[in-house]
Amino acid sequence: DQVLRIVPESIQQVQHLQHLCSISPLDLWKPLMPEDIRAGEELHVRVPAPLLPEVKHSLDQHMISYRVLVPDVQELVDKSMPRERSNQRQGREGYNYTQYHSMKEIYQWMTEIQQNYSELVTKPLLGTTFENQPMYYLQISQPSNETKKIIWMDCGIHAREWISPAFCQWFVKEILQNYKSDPKISRFLQNLDLYVLPVLNIDGYIYSWETNRLWRKNRTPYQNGACYGTDLNRNFNASWGSIGVSSDCTSDVFCGPGPESEPETKAVAQFIRTKKSDIVCYLTIHSYGQLILTPYGSTTKPPSNNEELMQVGQKAAAALKGKYGTSYKVGPPSLILYNNSGSSRDWTHMIGIPLSYTFELRDNGTYGFLLPPSQIQPTCEETM
Amino acid sequence: RAMELPPGRVPAGRVAAVAAGFVRFQRGGPARALALRALRGARAQDIKDVGHKYYLDLELEDVLDKDSTVNCTAEVLYHLGNKNIAPDVQFTLGRELKSTEEADHMFYTRIRSLEKELMAENIPDSQGHVPPELEPLHLLAWVASGYVIWQNSTENTQLQLAQIKHVKQVKRSDEYLQFDYVVLLHEMVSQEMIPWEMTVLWHPRDGVQVTRESRQPRHTSG
Repeated sequence: DQVLRIVPESIQQVQHLQHLCSISPLDLWKPLMPEDIRAGEELHVRVPAPLLPEVKHSLDQHMISYRVLVPDVQELVDKSMPRERSNQRQGREGYNYTQYHSMKEIYQWMTEIQQNYSELVTKPLLGTTFENQPMYYLQISQPSNETKKIIWMDCGIHAREWISPAFCQWFVKEILQNYKSDPKISRFLQNLDLYVLPVLNIDGYIYSWETNRLWRKNRTPYQNGACYGTDLNRNFNASWGSIGVSSDCTSDVFCGPGPESEPETKAVAQFIRTKKSDIVCYLTIHSYGQLILTPYGSTTKPPSNNEELMQVGQKAAAALKGKYGTSYKVGPPSLILYNNSGSSRDWTHMIGIPLSYTFELRDNGTYGFLLPPSQIQPTCEETM
Repeated sequence: RAMELPPGRVPAGRVAAVAAGFVRFQRGGPARALALRALRGARAQDIKDVGHKYYLDLELEDVLDKDSTVNCTAEVLYHLGNKNIAPDVQFTLGRELKSTEEADHMFYTRIRSLEKELMAENIPDSQGHVPPELEPLHLLAWVASGYVIWQNSTENTQLQLAQIKHVKQVKRSDEYLQFDYVVLLHEMVSQEMIPWEMTVLWHPRDGVQVTRESRQPRHTSG
């Protein structure tokens, strides 16, 4: 890439330069906006390498003279900055929440968070995955004389849905950085405990980083390694194996050999069972689709508290839309998505947790699972 | 506002994806891909002995300029019986789309002047990034995938372009640009990632053509 210095000499030249900026990915350094280009004023623009010949040709054709200010931008960048990754510190200030993180980084982050906010946060062990990775969750609980009700949130049950663990990390950060200063959050924590599991399907998540970005399931081998993985969100004991699943282990919706067959499912289910009388709300975060899903996926028969579920869901969708205009639909998957059985949301509702929701975050399919990191912040802010 | 279709009908989002794909194909190019921003309304109608018809009220956005939205009304008819016939789609846009003539011309001249045939992989990459100079190839794939999605959709499937695994330019003796793609299509209902080959032709004057599209076997999970 090169940076060119141009001093337009006439209105026509200014217009041509503005035109060039609008039709190709040129990076205007000075001025910042094409509308501020003026005749007689110096302009600096970075031109990506593959576009150089045609841009220079276009300038020549319009008799616009230029000088090459920076002949090789990458060289300059390399000289002035240390390598990105090695600069990653995991402290309060150093962690980049607008970037996707590997499992190793997330483990480090959880340790740091617990240490930095130890007055509120513990990091209990839920269980282990098939590949023996520890499943930690963060318990955010303001010390109090009374037992408080619990809100449980898990992310990353499906490996490729990277925006989901990114949201869990963002959520924790927002709560902890603001609980002293924000009256809403502070009141929240006075009355409720938050349990957050940033990555449920750790083996799958690691696999999506190292081998197959679009992997979905966990990594349990079947048939002597002929195929791998159970869809953890078809593996819970809620009309297990009845609809929207496959008994073929190569399928992406393979429900496993039996309900709670997978160590990850078991770890979560066992824990929620013991705490169920205190859990008022269960949230599980997925992507994509921009949906707030209520029970059930396996039948169109509505849950007993359907009105309440829909009302709360609609309020959430409205609040979400208020931030950036993103529209979410609310309802049961059997009506607005597809039938499925064995989902965690259905199971938690069936055992008595009143408010159970699946969030399908951005987007609508344009980028799908490969959501650009530039969308992490707006997605997390609106969902917050 | 009644958004959801009565029980027994397919979710409206599924139909919207087909309509949006069709519109994207009809109106797209390396400088414009329209995506579904929101589904505002949907209505269903059974046509005896013919099929299921859906009337949709959509809001589309330009992928390159999210603030630029356009209203679209569409009708989608899934034919009864033969699953190999693509649904009929008709649509009307609420306004004229601005011309992409200049950007198209620039892309065309750039590619024609390349000495080596262009080749690229994994667009977007794992982190969701697309290098700016490959953005037109990305848009072309989106547009072409609209055709593939339209041609291969049934009421029981919902296809989206997940990623370009591989794209290779093929130089031609005529004036068309040709790109051979291997893409991954995400099928929502089965959650499968399906490899799909497509041969895409384009010329600024003519719009996008998909001259060949072929579903590939998945290699078993491993």
